[in-house]
Amino acid sequence: MGLLSAPHCRRALSRLVVRLNTPLCVLSYVAGLGWFLAMALPPLAPRTYMSENAMGSTMEEEQFPHGERALAYARDFAAQGIPVAWLEKTMWGLGLEVYKQPFARTLPFPDESHERYMVKGTNVYGILRAPRAASTESLVLSVPCSEGAQNSQAVGLMLALAGYFRGQIYWAKDIIFLVNEHDLLGMEAWLEAYHDVNITGMQSSGTLGRAGAIQAAVALELSSDVVTSFDVAVEGLNGQLPNLDLVNLFHAFCQKNGLLCTIQGKLQRSDWDTLPAYAHSLQTLLLMVLKQASGRPQGDHGLFLRYHIEAITVRGINSFRQYKYDMTTVGKMLEGMFRKLNNLLERLHQSYFFYLLPSLSRFVSIGVYMPAFGFIILVLILKISLQGGGRCAWGPGQDLGRAPPHRCPLPQEPRPGLLALVPPLLVCHAAGLALYVLPVLGQRVAAQHFPVSEAEAVVLTLIAIYVAGMALPHNAHR
Amino acid sequence: AAAALLLGCCGAALASGVQDQAEQFFRSGHTNNWAVLVCTSRFWFNYRHVANTLSVYRSVKRLGIPDSHIVLMLADDMACNPRNPKPATVFSHKNMELNVYGDDVEVDYRSYEVTVENFLRVLTGRIPPSTPRSKRLLSDDRSNILIYMTGHGGNGFLKFQDSEEITNVELADAFEQMWQKRRYNELLFIIDTCQGASMYERFYSPNIMALASSQVGEDSLSHQPDLGIGVHLMDRYTFYVLEFLEEIHPASQTNMNDLFQVCPKSLCVSTPGHRTDLFQRDPQNVLITDFFGSVRKVEITTETISLDRDLAGFESKLPKDELATEPLKYADQLPVAQIIHQKPKQKDWHPPGGFILGLWALIIMVFFKTYGIKHMKHIF
Repeated sequence: MGLLSAPHCRRALSRLVVRLNTPLCVLSYVAGLGWFLAMALPPLAPRTYMSENAMGSTMEEEQFPHGERALAYARDFAAQGIPVAWLEKTMWGLGLEVYKQPFARTLPFPDESHERYMVKGTNVYGILRAPRAASTESLVLSVPCSEGAQNSQAVGLMLALAGYFRGQIYWAKDIIFLVNEHDLLGMEAWLEAYHDVNITGMQSSGTLGRAGAIQAAVALELSSDVVTSFDVAVEGLNGQLPNLDLVNLFHAFCQKNGLLCTIQGKLQRSDWDTLPAYAHSLQTLLLMVLKQASGRPQGDHGLFLRYHIEAITVRGINSFRQYKYDMTTVGKMLEGMFRKLNNLLERLHQSYFFYLLPSLSRFVSIGVYMPAFGFIILVLILKISLQGGGRCAWGPGQDLGRAPPHRCPLPQEPRPGLLALVPPLLVCHAAGLALYVLPVLGQRVAAQHFPVSEAEAVVLTLIAIYVAGMALPHNAHR
Repeated sequence: AAAALLLGCCGAALASGVQDQAEQFFRSGHTNNWAVLVCTSRFWFNYRHVANTLSVYRSVKRLGIPDSHIVLMLADDMACNPRNPKPATVFSHKNMELNVYGDDVEVDYRSYEVTVENFLRVLTGRIPPSTPRSKRLLSDDRSNILIYMTGHGGNGFLKFQDSEEITNVELADAFEQMWQKRRYNELLFIIDTCQGASMYERFYSPNIMALASSQVGEDSLSHQPDLGIGVHLMDRYTFYVLEFLEEIHPASQTNMNDLFQVCPKSLCVSTPGHRTDLFQRDPQNVLITDFFGSVRKVEITTETISLDRDLAGFESKLPKDELATEPLKYADQLPVAQIIHQKPKQKDWHPPGGFILGLWALIIMVFFKTYGIKHMKHIF
């Protein structure tokens, strides 16, 4: 018999687990924590490298010249009262196929400023058709644009880039230039209409123009007309991440053009062996874990990931640094990225989909960060084995010198009938149903009768159902 | 008639300069030339392989081999790729001075037709009867064939189209089939891939000369990128071979030893290799145009040549440098003696992998099972 099926072996092992349970648990927990903290160090965090052959072995000279034009477009855009018509006209003038998509969405809670439930907006997008290829694949450059014209510089740059791209003949994929309103709402509306699905209950007027399967997307946000650094946001909805090759692409262009690029808002330090540098990369790593855990997409790109479209958000930041980059440089970086993405033949799949970034040039893959969680979960398994297996593996007649006072119930008592399982099951399911349905159903009623807002009503109903559950006899028994 | 006249004058035993020159016409025993040029890789970033093949095509055509005697196999279309900023052109140098695609390129096997099966069928002649004439290698026993291959390769294989490979053993067997079917007189095999020398290691048929761009364990490197087009335009070895060939004209007397010197390690980074042991003539006496050009046995002379009636002397006028080699057998293809007596290679020490660890864990568990679990108590 084997090690785990021979009774005396099993007894010895379970004796071991019982006797050393606490030390093993502590050791396992400390090991997990230590591993996690060690992930920011170079041996566990290797340098990033471009895995996709089509993107790595090619290099181009960027020649985008129209920085001034971008600024002019931005000024015109900011001066408009109703940008939709102006956008349509300008895009048409640049030679793109223009479509607009009005959408509307009923919010579950009223938004804080306006106390209204219905959000209406319009997305405008122009498609640049590839001159010599069938329109089977496309790339997206999206610029989120809400009220207040905060992102007008990005709109200007996008239009200048569109004009420049229109004059080139080397595009093998169509390029979609998208201006979406209301940030995430508009983005989701556009994606749902593009892929002809309706997941979130958005009302929109349906698909107008398509350009094939989207291979990659870049969302651009520029806060001002001069940029001192570029920040990249990778975390998406529910913590999903784009393919690491896209981040590598961004980093490659930062290095090529000598730009200052940050991740999580933090600039990479040049010293590697010192303690402050370690703390810095650990902090970056933990920020990324936190943002993933929150489940919130950190930019408009986050919604693309659900459709298996790799996307990142690039933010141009204007902080008070000495060296500033003008629009032409920003345009050149985007031009380079799009030309490299143009060379892709398949979707990005060569590099990692699950990773953590202690800095832009180092990554921790899932094979390296999973053991840390594994050790912490091992603590739970050790505890379970203590409860269930450790004590009950002893039969009668064994060494009971150190046995606990009560005997293991299973071999002694008759087994409870199946009918005894029904009440707990029913109660569990009823509680689950109540938690799922009641808060949303009852929020309006609760808001009328109690002095709370709708969001607060939902949370308080949840807490109330939990507290009520504590009074159930099943929980209070024993 | 003119050929017979020249033959006759060659038979004359007079040691005049013109006679010597006339003798040189018949050093090589071939009467026609063929070329099989294969590019095996597709995708835009393998632009340089197509440029390699087209450069050799261009040289071979310029030196006289007509399209009807060239089988050109290109696995992808770079000139009309939507990513090409200069459509309908394929350049070999970033100065854009040489468009190797040209106006009159004739591609015989294109795109997905370039497969290992088709390549071997072309070589061996086992082609379905419906194949058009331009896709056939209609060589005979007096043909000199140039075979040029480029793409991605490794130790003992060459990758076709990202989905299949041809091994050096298959290639050697194909050449042996060609020899047994008398499909070539002499064969020049050039390969420009990583570890290219491994592809000619297994040849065992006579009259084959082989060149490769790198030895086993070395990578062949590309020459230079063009930032306007965005890819590497050519591989180093073929770039320097092309430069060398640009200086050859149809009547040039440059021989194979010069071709062996092309692209030394300082320029190529890899070490080009060559193999001449199967070849019966001395490479010194083999002209470049024997393989890269066509047979043009015409030379104008103003001197008078007196013909001799006695033609029996011709038989003895065989080139003195012909070695009497034994034909190699199939069994010689695999160097069994070398394999048996090979010393094991020094490998870097790696920590034991999963399999070894699992094996040892198994052995330890079996040990403890046989000798009892109570021994484990002593450890803890």
